[in-house]
Amino acid sequence: MSWKTTTYSGWGRALTATGEIARPERRRTLDALLSDGLIPACGMRRSYGDAALNDGGRIIEMSRLDRMIAFDPATGILEVEAGARIGEIAAAFAPRGWLPAVMPGTGFATVGGCIAQDVHGKNHHLAGSFGQHVLSLRLRTASGERTVSPKSDKALFRATMGGLGQTGVILSARLQLLACKGDVMVVTERRMSGWEEFLSHLDGSTATYTVGWIDATATGEGLGRGILEEGETGAGLTPRRVKTRAIPINAPNFALAAPVVRAFNNLYYSRVPARGRTVVKPIGDFFFPLDKIHDWNRLYGKRGFHQFQCVVPIAEAPALRSMLEAIAASGLASPLAVLKRMGPGRAGMLSFPMEGYTLAVDFPNRDAARALISRLEAMTVAAGGRLYFAKDSLARGADVRAMYPELDDWRAEVAKADPEGRLQTDMVRRLKLRSEA
Amino acid sequence: MSETWLILGATSSMARAFARRAAASGAGVLLAGRDRDDLAVLADDCRLRGARMAEAIDFDARELAGFIHLIKRMASEDGLLSAAVFVGSMPPQSEIDADPSLIPGVVTDSFTGPAQVLQMLAPLMEARRGGTVVGVGSVAGDRGRIGNYVYGAAKAGFATYLSGLRNRLTRAGGHVVTVKPGFVDTSMTWGLPGMFLVASPEKVAEDIWRAVDKKRNVIYTPFFWRYIMLIIRHIPEFIFKKMKI
Ligand SMILES: Cc1cc2nc3c(=O)[nH]c(=O)nc-3n(C[C@H](O)[C@H](O)[C@H](O)COP(=O)(O)OP(=O)(O)OC[C@H]3O[C@@H](n4cnc5c(N)ncnc54)[C@H](O)[C@@H]3O)c2cc1C
Repeated sequence: MSWKTTTYSGWGRALTATGEIARPERRRTLDALLSDGLIPACGMRRSYGDAALNDGGRIIEMSRLDRMIAFDPATGILEVEAGARIGEIAAAFAPRGWLPAVMPGTGFATVGGCIAQDVHGKNHHLAGSFGQHVLSLRLRTASGERTVSPKSDKALFRATMGGLGQTGVILSARLQLLACKGDVMVVTERRMSGWEEFLSHLDGSTATYTVGWIDATATGEGLGRGILEEGETGAGLTPRRVKTRAIPINAPNFALAAPVVRAFNNLYYSRVPARGRTVVKPIGDFFFPLDKIHDWNRLYGKRGFHQFQCVVPIAEAPALRSMLEAIAASGLASPLAVLKRMGPGRAGMLSFPMEGYTLAVDFPNRDAARALISRLEAMTVAAGGRLYFAKDSLARGADVRAMYPELDDWRAEVAKADPEGRLQTDMVRRLKLRSEA
Repeated sequence: MSETWLILGATSSMARAFARRAAASGAGVLLAGRDRDDLAVLADDCRLRGARMAEAIDFDARELAGFIHLIKRMASEDGLLSAAVFVGSMPPQSEIDADPSLIPGVVTDSFTGPAQVLQMLAPLMEARRGGTVVGVGSVAGDRGRIGNYVYGAAKAGFATYLSGLRNRLTRAGGHVVTVKPGFVDTSMTWGLPGMFLVASPEKVAEDIWRAVDKKRNVIYTPFFWRYIMLIIRHIPEFIFKKMKI
């Protein structure tokens, strides 16, 4: 059966859609599905909100078109189908000395999804965004299949990187992998006792991979405390990855109640000794720490959750601090909160990154949390920052317009590639991305 | 010693997952099926995952004349020769009820076609004193049900064939694993109503690979299907005949 009618959601499970999904396993099947016109595509639906939803319509899940096509060990260039997962590419190539140049925090994200959100990793300050390592891609637009590269079609390429799938169905891509020393990570973990210390260490870090876990429940003196992780690839032998576990059912609401989160965060913070430590881990444990627990989004119960992620310019660090104060005071945050320094690297017209600091915090889906997020969004706008489409499920079109100055150029390119507007998804409609201001 | 796997019906997602598992072990894989273009891409993928050799080759269970070509290609490889059968076809029972002439096709796809290939390969395996045959049947073959008894009958025949082949190849150092998957998340089951406890193709492939390694005879995958089928097989016929499951 080609089409399955079902109700589905993004990773946050707060927004749902009902419609038909196809999951072709062969190119021939995909071509047949698209013979009557374009249909939006999605990957593993690891975007939190509605980027990969099409309520009342159809969507094609690309995850079974996931083959590696060619690799040149001399240059590290890999050609791969769009449904391939980043974690599998890393596992296959790290032992041979290569890694995807940019890896998001989940190995389940597909190449197509990483392109369409122009994702960033723990090395953004050095390596830039995912799209900056895409040499070319095969794109199925309304007028047929074509190869798109930054040289051949600069505008279309830039509209496709971070373009939310609106220029066509991404079939495959040629990626420049990054040389690495091997498939283990040498990671130094250090306690950061508060906000100022955290920022100065992020600014001063010379590590290839950097990420900060932040305790979004700590207030007062401890505001902004957390753990800074700095990693480098290395060669060696590590114990095998611990077995993956799954969260079998929706957790009850009290699972993430404020006292539980505070207790958890205390433990998590003091797990790292006061003088810090250096540990060796398998690459997967460092890059995709949450992937070990399948379906962990069920911890938030049936109602799901939201992730707020913004980036603000360096000079606006105080604004970010105010946001953190509001979050900590609310007592609504979950343990999942991340602080990173970003470089300027971005590949597309709608790419998220800008030079500055990015903060990402998860909240259970409750009225109070939605109200808080709405305040945080307003603070982001005021600080000249940006919200991330891969995480957003609550913003309004008017807010987003100011954050993405190249929106009009993007819209013009998208109108050429998909003149009938068939590729629109729930997110594109909610944020009115394809309609005139 | 090097090993080469002939994978019949390699376009299916279960076969694809198994081919990748074999590739990761460094074995050679001959990917046999009807969609040559698709299999050529899978061959590239298998090579990049570590296969010593990976090649697409034409195979249609209903084209007897083509079988010799497969056997010759296998014979040209050194080392142990193994085969994994993933072919089968399951038109809805209602279509078969309306057109009984569909039956021979189902039996050929699910049983007699692959059995003939295995029968031709067996002497080569015996001569090389080893190798494994993986035959993927179905829990549907354990008991005839109103919903798919023609397919079930073909798979039951195939299971009996495999048991005999096991008896034969064991004498020559070879082995046969009969695999009975429950519901697997493939394009065949996509969107079908009534699916539960659905396993991923990767999980099934991993189970099969382990069974090959441990020389298991008959496996159910995921394992709990053994118990589900144990119960279903033991329902007395006078009750079973009135049930609709
Ligand atoms: C635990 C976790 C950690 C994360 N960490 C990070 C992080 O560190 N950095 C970061 O940048 N992101 C991060 N993310 C977000 C994630 O990387 C992105 O949402 C990514 O897009 C998910 O990929 P996907 O394959 O699931 O795509 P989906 O969510 O399915 O789709 C995303 C978008 O891509 C489009 N799309 C997907 N495939 C195609 C295709 N073949 N052709 C055309 N359009 C397509 C869809 O239409 C949609 O607009 C994280 C997500 C999770 C769940």
